Amino acid sequence: MSMLTNVVGWIDDRFPLTKVWNEHLAQYYAPKNFNFWYYFGSLAILMLVNQIVTGIWLAMNYKPDAAVAFASVEYIMRDVDWGWLLRYMHSTGASFFFIAVYLHMFRALLYGSYRKPRELLWIFGMIIYVALMAESFMGYLLPWGQMSYWGAQVIISLFGAIPVVGDDLALWIRGDYVVADATLNRFFAFHVVAVPLVLIILVFVHIVALHKVGSNNPDGIEIKKGPKGNRWSDTAPADGIPFHPYYSVKDIVGVIVFLALFSVVLFFMPEFGGWFLEPDNFLPADPLKTPEHIVPLWYFTPFYAILRAVPDKFGGVLAMGAAIFVLFLLPWLDRSPVKSVRYRGPLFKIALAVFVVSFVALGYLGTQPATPLSTNFARLFSILYFLFFLLMPIYTKLDKTKPVPERVTK
Amino acid sequence: MKKLILGVLLAAVPLAAMSSSAVHLDSANIDLSDQASLQRGAKYYFNYCAGCHSLKYMRYNRMGRDLGLTDQQVMDNLMFAGKKIGSNITIAMDPAQSTAWFGVAPPDLTLMVRTKKQGIDWLYSYLRSFYVDPSRPWGVNNIVFPDVGMPHVLWEQQGFQTAVFREETDEYGIKRKIFERFDLETPGELTPPEYDGMIGDLVNFLAYTAEPMKLERQQLGIYVLLFLAVFFVLAYLLKKEYWKDVH
Repeated sequence: MSMLTNVVGWIDDRFPLTKVWNEHLAQYYAPKNFNFWYYFGSLAILMLVNQIVTGIWLAMNYKPDAAVAFASVEYIMRDVDWGWLLRYMHSTGASFFFIAVYLHMFRALLYGSYRKPRELLWIFGMIIYVALMAESFMGYLLPWGQMSYWGAQVIISLFGAIPVVGDDLALWIRGDYVVADATLNRFFAFHVVAVPLVLIILVFVHIVALHKVGSNNPDGIEIKKGPKGNRWSDTAPADGIPFHPYYSVKDIVGVIVFLALFSVVLFFMPEFGGWFLEPDNFLPADPLKTPEHIVPLWYFTPFYAILRAVPDKFGGVLAMGAAIFVLFLLPWLDRSPVKSVRYRGPLFKIALAVFVVSFVALGYLGTQPATPLSTNFARLFSILYFLFFLLMPIYTKLDKTKPVPERVTK
Repeated sequence: MKKLILGVLLAAVPLAAMSSSAVHLDSANIDLSDQASLQRGAKYYFNYCAGCHSLKYMRYNRMGRDLGLTDQQVMDNLMFAGKKIGSNITIAMDPAQSTAWFGVAPPDLTLMVRTKKQGIDWLYSYLRSFYVDPSRPWGVNNIVFPDVGMPHVLWEQQGFQTAVFREETDEYGIKRKIFERFDLETPGELTPPEYDGMIGDLVNFLAYTAEPMKLERQQLGIYVLLFLAVFFVLAYLLKKEYWKDVH
């Protein structure tokens, strides 16, 4: 033990090891009333690590070359030791990453975690989300299957809808007149180096911002403003407990449950009925043969449905962009005196329920072929999606809120 | 809160529902652990299919190992082109020529069953659904894959069947031909149940080539889940022990 103390002391004289450990883990006081929804932040980090680690080993055997990319994925699946496991961990991990992130974001909606003083925390989180969309979109091209190819073709062509510069912009992104070898090569570079680097830095900044303002909680109470003193420290918030060991041991339980669900998909249904690995993507990319019906992967389909709901192509692109951008404004749209859904009135609860139904319905409609009926439904849900945000300043102000308790509740 | 979670889960149900295809597919009931069936399937494949369809992501020796065959057995019985045992299962047919002959180059079949939803049942139904149609270049058409470019390669085994249609007028007054049943016109060497068995073996083999590690994956999955179950108990008890302090 003294040997260890000496080593730590030697390091502490040169690097703030103990200080960082205490500030961010052992003496970082988190509210003691975290519930189910608070698992998904650490689970998102787990999936980020999973993607990076499996991605490194996949990149050792993958060839970003249009002539051999598809075959190299099958080479990984068959000839590389444990290659199939790495590949399925990565493909299943992508979807589970989005599941964790969507539930993590929904938690923020439930408990007002984006409200003052956490506006920047929310904005960093939103930038992570946008970077993650770019990361998964570019990664999806790499297997060079039919859906990879035509999905990229459709999404990049959206840039072509921008007036004046659109066509040149799309050409610049692709590096060719159609999605081709040049596109695959640059997407590989972005997918394995540029965007992961941005993601890691943003996650770091997100956590730094979180630890500056402190975690929100299901009651939406600022524990830092409450009474001081707990059994670990006289100056720490009374309703706070050290993140380590309390939340570290609790998060491990969440990790195991999450990994069990992850394993059920990975080992017993890696295609997940065509939702995680699409049948068309087991066909090599063929620039001369368009699949019957091109859809993005499930985590993009709500926005894809909004895009298709607008009759004009450029209008659709703008609507899709606005659907994501409006989320950034959330901290300033919400005018309620309380943060948590627990103390909000019926107006917000109804609005939130309508929003959830709209988002899920749009996600479903985005996976289906567009018929006149489904397009009309997509229009209805798109309008509801935007109304949730645009009317928020009004209904959150009118809403009858309940009194917020002084201390966190169980 | 529980109601809210339930509501979100219920709202996601349509996401999990799969769309059904228009043609009725028969269930193949294959068994990947039946090595005898896989060996028969490989035999049929190399005798009847491998002239036109490659399995280029699959290697001869890997296939032999998984099917319980020695390298020598594979070389003597399944390799006809004098290739090396470690090579991929490619074919000599030139795609430009086969496109001229069939209208489209015969596709590689390694991953065939994974390229469609219910691909296994699709393939099983497809290979049993050729019928006489003099209007087609090869004299046959297919119910599952209308106007397919492939001839009925297994006619010697199955014989030739005709398709019986009934005419129906739909709500818009358009007449449609609805498929009713097959009539076996010229019997083949095999009885219909024997032929179904042959196709079952062949489909089983192609289900194997599409994902050679499937059995290994499921086996490993059981171990991983058992490990996680034990780990869960320990982690849960650890959490409970620590959280005794928190009031």
